[in-house]
Amino acid sequence: MNPHRRRQSIFTTDHRTIGLQYLILALISVVIGTLLSLLMRIHLVWPDWSLPLHGPILPEDYLALVTIHGTIMLFFVLTTAPQSGFGNLILPAQIGARHMAFPRLNAASFWLTAIALLTLLSSTFAPGGSAISGWTAYPPLSAVASAGPGQALGMDLWLASIALFSIASTISAINTLVTIISLRCEGMTWDRLPLTVWGWFTAALLSIIAFSVLLAALLLLFCDRHVGTSFFLPTGNLVNGVLHTKGNGSPLLWLHLFWFFGHPEVYIAILPGMGLTSMLLANFSHRRVFAYRTMIATTLLIGFLGILLWGHHMFVAGLNPFASSAFSISTMAIALPASAKVLSWIATTWRSRPQYTTAMLFSLGFVSLFITGGLTGPILAQPILDEYLHNTFFVVAHFHLIMAMAGVFALFAATYYWFPLMTAHRGKPARLMSEPLGRLHFWLTLLGAYATFLPMHLAGLAGQPRHYAQLTGIPGPGGSLSPAGHLLATTIPLNRLITYAAIFLAAAQIIFFINLVRSLRHGDAAPTNPWQATTLEWHPSLHPNAEPEASAVVITVHHTPCLYICSPSGDTFVPQWENKITVDLPAESKPE
Amino acid sequence: MSPIFHTAAVLSLPWWLPSNASVHGATLDRHLLLNLWIILALLTLAHLLLIVGLLRRRTTELKDLWRIEYLPLAILALLFALLTVKAESLWAASRYTGADPAALQIEVTGVQFAWYFRYPGTDATFGITKPQLVAPGEGNPLGIDPTDPHSADDFITSELVLPANREVDLHLRAQDVIHGFSIPEMRLKQNAVPGQTIHVHFTPTTPGTYAVLCTQLCGLGHYRMNATVRVLSPAEFAQWLATKQKAAQP
Repeated sequence: MNPHRRRQSIFTTDHRTIGLQYLILALISVVIGTLLSLLMRIHLVWPDWSLPLHGPILPEDYLALVTIHGTIMLFFVLTTAPQSGFGNLILPAQIGARHMAFPRLNAASFWLTAIALLTLLSSTFAPGGSAISGWTAYPPLSAVASAGPGQALGMDLWLASIALFSIASTISAINTLVTIISLRCEGMTWDRLPLTVWGWFTAALLSIIAFSVLLAALLLLFCDRHVGTSFFLPTGNLVNGVLHTKGNGSPLLWLHLFWFFGHPEVYIAILPGMGLTSMLLANFSHRRVFAYRTMIATTLLIGFLGILLWGHHMFVAGLNPFASSAFSISTMAIALPASAKVLSWIATTWRSRPQYTTAMLFSLGFVSLFITGGLTGPILAQPILDEYLHNTFFVVAHFHLIMAMAGVFALFAATYYWFPLMTAHRGKPARLMSEPLGRLHFWLTLLGAYATFLPMHLAGLAGQPRHYAQLTGIPGPGGSLSPAGHLLATTIPLNRLITYAAIFLAAAQIIFFINLVRSLRHGDAAPTNPWQATTLEWHPSLHPNAEPEASAVVITVHHTPCLYICSPSGDTFVPQWENKITVDLPAESKPE
Repeated sequence: MSPIFHTAAVLSLPWWLPSNASVHGATLDRHLLLNLWIILALLTLAHLLLIVGLLRRRTTELKDLWRIEYLPLAILALLFALLTVKAESLWAASRYTGADPAALQIEVTGVQFAWYFRYPGTDATFGITKPQLVAPGEGNPLGIDPTDPHSADDFITSELVLPANREVDLHLRAQDVIHGFSIPEMRLKQNAVPGQTIHVHFTPTTPGTYAVLCTQLCGLGHYRMNATVRVLSPAEFAQWLATKQKAAQP
């Protein structure tokens, strides 16, 4: 054990340990979130199935599952893991720094996030259970306790949890920004920053803008619930016999505030993944990233446009129809920087005969899912088509492919790629994950992801709405099976297929866990730079197990990243820290 | 049933859009179909490029930024612009202007977990409502004020009955929480928001019965908050309306 290392404690301010703590938190969250989604899928197609130790899944239970699944996945997995987990673990090294700008704030931010998660999960024990108003928590459903079970204490705990999370994310984003702006090493100019860092940078900018607005909105909602204000409640609002007589607010105000946060939030979740994909495709193709400066520009442009199009969630919500037209155009516009990224990814790998490591496969999977999930974006951006598709399973399919699946594929790529830097910790050796198991995991996951989410488009086209706790035997006002019941019943075979696929997709992740646990102790030892990478996290003196005197080494950057040179005598690569144009490639360091 | 059996069952079922029964729905469907074909083509093209690029033997890296990036982007920009213009014109036709003054006026109120439809009666004016007067148990679920002379001939139904080929102007309201008023077969969807009255208009074409769904999460009974639309021929509708109005006469 290195005496210079900080005291071994879980209340550490060491950014690597905090990064790992975030990743463990996200891993626990994703397991819970996935199990909740399976309960929903099973309940939809086998409504009589009874959950052991709980009993039958009631409509309010189903909606609590919807709420907690969405909240946990969006906040505690897709925001936490890429931005705070890998952000802490890798970001400082990628810019040649040895720590984050604010180590104590960093630790505080992690513990706030952990408390937020516990608060959210504890709501299941509240009288009436967890909140039932979904992750978007539209008032008055979320503002009035009498609106349903779970809307009293359950909703308060949801608000508390997300408020804590917002504070933690804002702190974390400030830390990320200051680190990137002020701790870059000598020579690390803005155009030499790896695209991953550009992803973290843009996501952190968005976090500060978005989460501060969300925090304000949560506070207003809390006041409506407990202090007697009426930001979101109109006069004469009557919920289950409870009449609101004073003030005259509007539920639409919440929609504006929430989606002003909510839309940038999905870019916060995906921008680091886009950056990583660019870097890994270039790394394993042994190519430069095609149009590097354009990639930087499109990252920033996606971030900028991302805060201008929240209204596309509100086309049928009571927005002025002219506003819908404006938001439709800004939404269509974001398709262009996104398309530019896809073109660059295809051009980077074009006729490169890349090395198909598991990390590369997941990056290619990211590109595929990003294309498939992204192309339905322009459809949903057209208000007239939203008139039919809004809140159907078509939307569920769209955002699960582009945000959830693509996001998770980026996380898998990151895990397989950076595993040596995760295991090399406090003197433990750097290890690699098993490649054969990894490849099996990739193919099964890709198959499962498409089998689960492609048919959802069809269910949506057939008219199946979201958030329905039951599809069979929906009684009409007359008692017999209503036209609505008939409409929903036609989607049942499709839904069974989706449920089978979802179970398959979840089961495939067991292979990942086996690989993870096995490789932590028995994985092959990794060389210092196992992937022939060019970015600084693989610099020998920034390695987690570098000798203490390595901390005195001055890191200087001389090139843009991904400087791979193809020549008749063989490919060469120049890491950012090497001050020469040609280096000989040692054949034995080439990993499989 | 085994999953494989199941796939066969899915493929043989009508999983496509439900039939359209409104005037604007036909153009909406055509535009949706055009969009779906375009994205299917782009999806295939992008994956083909990706896979072909991965399979062919190694060459030097691409450099031509104009041909590889800006030209395709310009084409995509043009394509998306054309789709946007078409979509905006359809949206404008459907939403920028209100209904014809001669349109049939019906008020729709969403309440956890039911839809109420109010017809204004012979005076063509809705009586005022007051939330303090809401008493579903006493037959006044909307809180209609009996002292308002306009309310005397109003009548409320739990089923939306419409004449074919006449424009309908719906006044959407919500009493408690946000509800989503949707008739998939009429290609119509609009939230009803507490504190607001939102107008949507459409023209049904084909007589028949169709589903009204709630498409905005509104509480534990969200999934069962449905109603039926019954579209009648104009003659049948006139007869139905006369019967209802007669019954509503004070």
